[in-house]
Amino acid sequence: MRDASAQDLPLTVPPVPPPEQHDPPGAHQRKGAVEGSATWSLSDRIGLAICWALGLLFCAIAVAIVVYLLVQGIKFLRPEMLWTPAAAGFSETETGGFSDALFGTLIVAAMGIAIALPIGVAIAVWLVEYGRPTALARVTESTIEAIAGIPSIVLALFGTVIFSSTALGFLSRSSEGVVFGRSFFAAATMLSLVALPLIVASVREGLNSIPRHVREASYAVGKTKAATTRRILLPTCRPQVATGAMLGLGRIIGDTAIIVVLLGATQNFAPVEGVGFPFNYLRGAGTTLTNFVYEASPTGNLNQPQKAYAAAFVLLLMVLALNAAVDIVHRRARKVGTWSH
Amino acid sequence: MNEDLPQEYGPKWSDQRVERMLGALVCGVVALLLALIVTVFVHAWPSFAHNGLAWFSGSGDVEEQLNAISLSAQTSGDYIYTFHAWPLIWSTILITGGAVLIALVSALFVSVFIVEFAPEWMSNILQPVIRFLASVPSVIYGLLGVLVLVPFIGNHLVTEGQKASVAGVISLTGYSLLAAILVLTVMIAPLMVSIFSDGLRAVKPGWIEGSLGLGINRWRTTWKIGVRSARPAIVAGTVLAVARAIGEAVMLAMISGSVAFAPNPADGLIFIYEPSRPLGPTIVKNIDQLSSPPFNATLFSIAAVLLFSAAMFSLAGWLARRSMRKYLMP
Repeated sequence: MRDASAQDLPLTVPPVPPPEQHDPPGAHQRKGAVEGSATWSLSDRIGLAICWALGLLFCAIAVAIVVYLLVQGIKFLRPEMLWTPAAAGFSETETGGFSDALFGTLIVAAMGIAIALPIGVAIAVWLVEYGRPTALARVTESTIEAIAGIPSIVLALFGTVIFSSTALGFLSRSSEGVVFGRSFFAAATMLSLVALPLIVASVREGLNSIPRHVREASYAVGKTKAATTRRILLPTCRPQVATGAMLGLGRIIGDTAIIVVLLGATQNFAPVEGVGFPFNYLRGAGTTLTNFVYEASPTGNLNQPQKAYAAAFVLLLMVLALNAAVDIVHRRARKVGTWSH
Repeated sequence: MNEDLPQEYGPKWSDQRVERMLGALVCGVVALLLALIVTVFVHAWPSFAHNGLAWFSGSGDVEEQLNAISLSAQTSGDYIYTFHAWPLIWSTILITGGAVLIALVSALFVSVFIVEFAPEWMSNILQPVIRFLASVPSVIYGLLGVLVLVPFIGNHLVTEGQKASVAGVISLTGYSLLAAILVLTVMIAPLMVSIFSDGLRAVKPGWIEGSLGLGINRWRTTWKIGVRSARPAIVAGTVLAVARAIGEAVMLAMISGSVAFAPNPADGLIFIYEPSRPLGPTIVKNIDQLSSPPFNATLFSIAAVLLFSAAMFSLAGWLARRSMRKYLMP
């Protein structure tokens, strides 16, 4: 009924948005100011209802995941698990905790980001600030895109080939000329490739958002391009560098395939004998939280669902913390403002 | 030279030098990608050479073939390479296709909702929710699938009659296409939503206002103008999601059932309850065989197929976006 009467009215044309909305040319905010759904035909309103339903469904899934893991985590997580290494045993009370997996995740994350961040920033700087010859810039862009699209299991297999070569034997365990190829070095190097595209994309976005006149002002006082980049451009897009690093970290700590293939199928650190302190661990096999969850799930070799829940809960807390950190960086960057406007 | 001047004025950080160093690094990364492609295909070659196009066929039992390959390396120098991967490929197609289809439709609605129709408070909730869902590690999805969704499907959705009807062929325990597709959808849809909504936000306001000014309501304007001109972003997001779905190994290894079985849609709706195993999980499940040469070649041939199909999807997406260039912002 309301449909018919509404259509009879001559003035149901949506009101023209007030002119002040045109002020920011890029960001168009029409939300709330325009007509409601009362005048729409039935099919359009059904569509809107589907929108609401799907939006609420996504929220429900997210809440369900967090609440369910929270409940299971509180039920099964004992603080001593965090500092007890895994042990062999028949029941879940005998098998210790997952301290090695927790430290493994931290080591892999630190090493992976330590490799990916400088390379990613350098590639982004080259793409935005230099980018000559143009053909190479195009190829680089496609390369970064391609690396983002390579399945991580393929990266892992590639890693086994590189790190089993005798030339790189010093990065993992080797005996009688046969290189084991599984180590923190191997896993972290391949994981850095997973994080690389995210860092490049984020830093590029940051560099691109700095207006030209900032650079020109710096060149005009005699600074070189390199000095401008280091002293002005990179400090300005620090939020984007931080965002890229944290997105990359999230991918690194969440990846399982590379860990399963390149870090070893063990649940403890396996340091290499006869090597100095940090390197005996880094050259040896190990485990991470993702690997622990995979192996402790009913389809894995350990089959300890309670511990899997506990480890998954710790992993989820890390992911949530990273998400919150990205949010904070974004908000702070917005408050400080940028060069534009 | 004056010593007070900072380093960057010195020859050490001269512009040409920095440019050359960065350029070398960039070339190194490009070379690494090329090395990856070449390595994977070189290692995969024995398997393709021995099987020819039959690699893609479905004759014989994949599990038996894999056992024969692994045995041949242990017993004699006479390696067997026979491997016919169709059940694995078919499973990949079904799971990826199903998940991408569902995710595409729902991601479209959700991103339209976030950008155009959701009230301020709702989109302020939805955006972090989407970001969170995109960042949950795949093992966590796998774990929840194994411990929650799979038992639910096995105990409540599959009837005893259905279990009995295929009892001689395969057992229906809940590890199924349905579980794999549902979980994969939840994994890739957030990825699509974030790219789609960026594309929708970038549509020129003038185009939308023009349509609104003609008296078209907001819903139709959004779909006819907004979504249509955001098509390059939609293609880009879909391609990224397809690549993620094809390459997903660990989560699917946990819940797809890990049986090399090809569910047949012609059997009726029961096929969505049947287990299968896509290409990626096959690598993960057999990774301890990597040191035996024929098995190594077989696993690399699977990786090569994954790499090639991901590349083809990117190429298709690139071609599709090229023809839509006029929609991109200047």
